[in-house]
Amino acid sequence: MNVLAVTEQRDGALRKTSHEVVWAARLLADAMGGTVDALVLGAPGMDAAGAKLGEAGADRVLVAEDASFVKYAPCGYAATAAAVAKTGGYGVVLVAATAGGRDLAPRIAARLDAPLATDATGVSFADGKVTASRPVYAGRAIQQLRFDAPVAVISLRPNTFAPGSAGKAGTVSKVAAVTAARVVVREVKAAEPGKLDVAEASVVVSGGRGLKGPEHFALIENLARAFGSAAVGASRAVVDAGWRPHAEQVGQTGKTVSPQLYVAVGISGAIQHLAGMRTAKVIVAINKDKDAPIFQVADYGIVGDLFEIVPRLTEEIARARAG
Amino acid sequence: MAPRFEGVDFYDVGSLLSEEERAVRDTVRQWVDDRLLPVINQHYLEGRFPLQLVPQMAELGLFGANLPEEYGCAGLNNVAYGLIMQELERGDSGVRSFASVQGALVMYPIHAFGSEEQRKTWLPKMASGEVIGCFGLTEPDFGSNPGGMITTAREAAGGWVLNGAKMWITNGSTAKVAIIWAKTGALDDASSIRGFIVPTDTPGFSAKDQKGKLSLRASDTSELVLEDVKLGKDALLPGSKGLKSPLSCLTQARYGIAWGAVGAAMGCYDEALRYAKQRVMFGKPIAGFQLQQQRLVEMLSEITKAQLLVLQLGRLKDQGKASPQQVSLAKRNNVDMACDIAREARRLLGANGILAEYSAMRHLANLESVYTYEGTHDMHTLILGEEITGIGAFE
Amino acid sequence: MKIAVCIKRVPDTETRIRIAGDGASIDETGVKFIINPYDEFAVEEALQRRDKAGGGEVVVIALGPDAGQETIRSVLAMGADRGVLLKAERIPADALAVAKALAAELKDGGYDLVLFGKMAADDYHHGVGPMVAELLDLPCVTAISKLELEGGKGVAEREIEGGVEVVEFALPAVLTAEKGLNTPRYPALKGIMAAKKKPIEIKPAALGEARAIVTSLSLPPDRKAGRIVGEGPDAVPELVRLLRTEAKVL
Repeated sequence: MNVLAVTEQRDGALRKTSHEVVWAARLLADAMGGTVDALVLGAPGMDAAGAKLGEAGADRVLVAEDASFVKYAPCGYAATAAAVAKTGGYGVVLVAATAGGRDLAPRIAARLDAPLATDATGVSFADGKVTASRPVYAGRAIQQLRFDAPVAVISLRPNTFAPGSAGKAGTVSKVAAVTAARVVVREVKAAEPGKLDVAEASVVVSGGRGLKGPEHFALIENLARAFGSAAVGASRAVVDAGWRPHAEQVGQTGKTVSPQLYVAVGISGAIQHLAGMRTAKVIVAINKDKDAPIFQVADYGIVGDLFEIVPRLTEEIARARAG
Repeated sequence: MAPRFEGVDFYDVGSLLSEEERAVRDTVRQWVDDRLLPVINQHYLEGRFPLQLVPQMAELGLFGANLPEEYGCAGLNNVAYGLIMQELERGDSGVRSFASVQGALVMYPIHAFGSEEQRKTWLPKMASGEVIGCFGLTEPDFGSNPGGMITTAREAAGGWVLNGAKMWITNGSTAKVAIIWAKTGALDDASSIRGFIVPTDTPGFSAKDQKGKLSLRASDTSELVLEDVKLGKDALLPGSKGLKSPLSCLTQARYGIAWGAVGAAMGCYDEALRYAKQRVMFGKPIAGFQLQQQRLVEMLSEITKAQLLVLQLGRLKDQGKASPQQVSLAKRNNVDMACDIAREARRLLGANGILAEYSAMRHLANLESVYTYEGTHDMHTLILGEEITGIGAFE
Repeated sequence: MKIAVCIKRVPDTETRIRIAGDGASIDETGVKFIINPYDEFAVEEALQRRDKAGGGEVVVIALGPDAGQETIRSVLAMGADRGVLLKAERIPADALAVAKALAAELKDGGYDLVLFGKMAADDYHHGVGPMVAELLDLPCVTAISKLELEGGKGVAEREIEGGVEVVEFALPAVLTAEKGLNTPRYPALKGIMAAKKKPIEIKPAALGEARAIVTSLSLPPDRKAGRIVGEGPDAVPELVRLLRTEAKVL
C-alpha cells in the first residue's frame, strides 16, 4: 500500500511540517512495502519547492496548481487531495496537524469515506493494519487507534516526527487542481512580524499568575528574545484574566506544544496546563513554591523569586548564545 | 490557580438530589470558582464587599431563589436554595451573608407579611439586584434579647414616625431599603413589634459602616440611626405581628446558614486535603502522617453528617414540617462543626495557613461571626434545651 | 434563525484518568461528566444569534448513551429550545461514524447554521464538524474565534500559526467554535427550572460502521523526575550550564 503525504505551503514556501509528514510517510511506506507520493497544493510556480520533497523522502511529487490555491482553499484543497487519493492505491493519507491540516484532514476523510485520526504522535503498520498512536484526554492517556478500512487519513502532530533525508531526488509531475470556492480565505492577517507562534517555535517561554500583572510580561518577552527565536506562551489563568491573548495560551483549552525547550515562569502547573506542554523535550520551571506541581514534570527547576531570577537568566542566556 | 472544586460527597448524597437540584448546585459552584474565589482575597484584605458581583448573582437568580416566579424569583425548593447557600459560603461567608439578608431577611418578610402591592413593588427589583436590602432587628443593647428593643414606631397623621438605633446590620450602608422592626406600643410590650419597609433615602435615616472588623471583612456591617423617620401608612408590613414575625425571618436565614456552614467546611477540607497530598515534609507528603490523616478523617466525618442533616431538614421544610427548633439544631451543629474544621484545616496548613492565599484562616475568622449571629450558639442551646425538657432557661 | 448545536458529553477535563479493565477505555467510576468545553462556545453563539435575529429556534443535539440527556438539559437551561438525543450505547471512536449519524439527523432539519465545538476535549478529534459539512455538502469554517453574519453571508476569523485567516462563506453553513468566540453564560436558576419543561426527543443513532477501533489505551510515560537546580538567582549559571552541556538545547 502506498502513502500520500499532503504537504502545506505558505507564500509559496513549503512549511517545516511538510518535511516531517513526508519522512513519516517514507517510514510508513517502507513498512508497508509501498511508495510515497507528496502532494503540493499552491499557486502556479510550485515545481522548484516541490522538487525538494524528493530528497525529503517522496518517490513522486504531485503538484496541483491553481491561482485560487495561493492561500489555503479549504474546499479546493480537499477536493483535489481526495481526487488524487482515489487514484494511487493509497492505504494512508498523511497531513500535518497544523491549523490548516486539522481543517483539511476531516474534509478529505469524509470525501474518501475514510476513518480519521487527528494529532497522531506515532503511526505503525502490523498484520496488514495501520494503527495511529495519539494522545487523548488532553495528553493524560495514549490511544492506539487501528483502522479497518482500505484507506485512512491521519494528521500528525507538528514537531513530533523528525524530517529525514532520502539521498535521492523524486520525480515531479502535475496533477489537476479541482477548484471549489464555497469557503474563501479572503485575507490572512499576519501577527506582528517576527512573532513566533507557540505551536511552532522550538523554544517557548511561558508566564503565569506568578508575574502578578500583565505589565510584567516584559520579563518573559525579554527572556524569549534572549533565546533568539522563542515564542511567548501563557497559562490559562492569565489569558482568562485578560493579560495575554488566547493565541498564546498553552494547555487544554489552548495550544499543545512540543518544543525543544519549554520554560515555565510563575506557572504552578495545573493539570490542564501540563496537558499542553508535557511532550516538550526539556522543561525548565521557575517558581517560588517548591511544592508546585510544575516541578514534578520539569527537568530543571529553580525555586525563588522570578523577578530576581528571570532578569539574571535573560542575561546569562544572551551571554551563552553570544559566546 | 486553585483546581476546580468537585464537591465533598463521601456518601453519594448527590444521588439523593434531583437533576435540577444538582444543576443548581453545579452552576453556583462554577460561578464561585470562576468569579468569586479569584477576587475574594483582595476584597477581604481591603475590607470591601464585592459589590460588582451583585448583578451577576442576580442574573443567576440567587436572590430569594425559593420565592415564587411571579415576583421575578427562581421558584426553587428549599433544598436547592440550601445548596446555593452551601456553594456561596464555600466562597465566603460574607458573600453568603449578603444573599441571606437579601433573600431570607428582606425579600422573605415582604413576601410573608407584605401586601400584594408591597410584594409587586419590591420583590422583582430585589431579585434583579436593582435594590439591595437590609434587616434591622438587633440593637446596640439588645442582641440575644430582641424583644427588649427600644426602637419605636408611633402613629402620626397619615402614617408612622420611627425612632431608634440598630446595630450589626449587614448591607446597611449599601441598602436602598431596610426592613425595620419597631414597637408600636409600650416598650415592655413585645407583642407590639411590627415590621416597616423603610427606603434608606428617607430623611432621618442614616447608616454608618462599623470599622475594625477582623471577621466578615468582605461584607458591609453598619449601624443604623432612625431619627424622626416619617413614613406613609403603606410602610407597615400588614401581616407582621409581634416578635414571632422577625423570628420567623431568622428561621429562614438560619436554615440557609446551616447549609452555608457545610460549604465553608467543605472548602476548608478540600484545601487541606490537597495541601496535605502535595506538601512534603521529612521526605513524604504530610498526608502520609497519622496525625494529619486523623485531622482529615474527622473533617470528612463531620461534613458528611452535617450534609445529611441539612438535606433531611430541607426535605422537611419542603413538606412544611420543619420546626424552628430543628433549624436551631442544624445551625448550632453545623456552624460549630465548620468552626472546628476551619481551625484544624488552618493548623494542617502550618505557617501557610495564616496567609490570605489559602482560605482556611479567612473562613475561620468569618465563622466566628456566623457562630455568633442569627442566634448565638448558646442561644440555640437554650432553645433546644427548652424544647426537650419543657423548661426554659433563658432568664 | 434556526440553529442546531451539536454537543458531546465528556469526562470533566480535570478528571484523573484510570484505565478500565478492557485496556481500551477509561474507568468511568466516580468520573464527573460535563459538556465538552468548546461546545459551550457554540451554544452561546447559537443563543446570541437566535436572540439577535429576533426569533427562531436553537436545537441541541447529542449522540450517546441516556446520560447525555443531562448534558442536553444543561444546554436547555442556558436557553436552547429543545433537544435531540441520538441514542447509542457508547460514542464510537470513529469520528466519521458519528458524523454520519449527525448528518442524517440534520439533513432535512432546515437549519441556517449548524454549530460544533472545534474539538472534543476527550478524544481530541477535530473531525466531526467538518465531516458533517462534507456529508451535507455545506460550507464549513473550523475553529472560529470571531463571526459576523449579514444577509445570508458570513465572515469568520480563525487563528492559524502566526496569523488570522479571514474566511467568507454563505449560509446555511457549518461552523466550529474556538475559545474566545464569546463568553458562555451560566444557566440561570430560572432557566434550570424552565428546562424541565422543554422537550428532548430520543431516537436511535444511525451510526456509520465503526472502522477506527481503539485497541488500547494507556497512561503516558511519566516524565522522569527532574531536579531542583537551586534557589534564587545564584542558581542561574548552573541552569544555563546544564541546558548547554547536559540537555544540549542551547
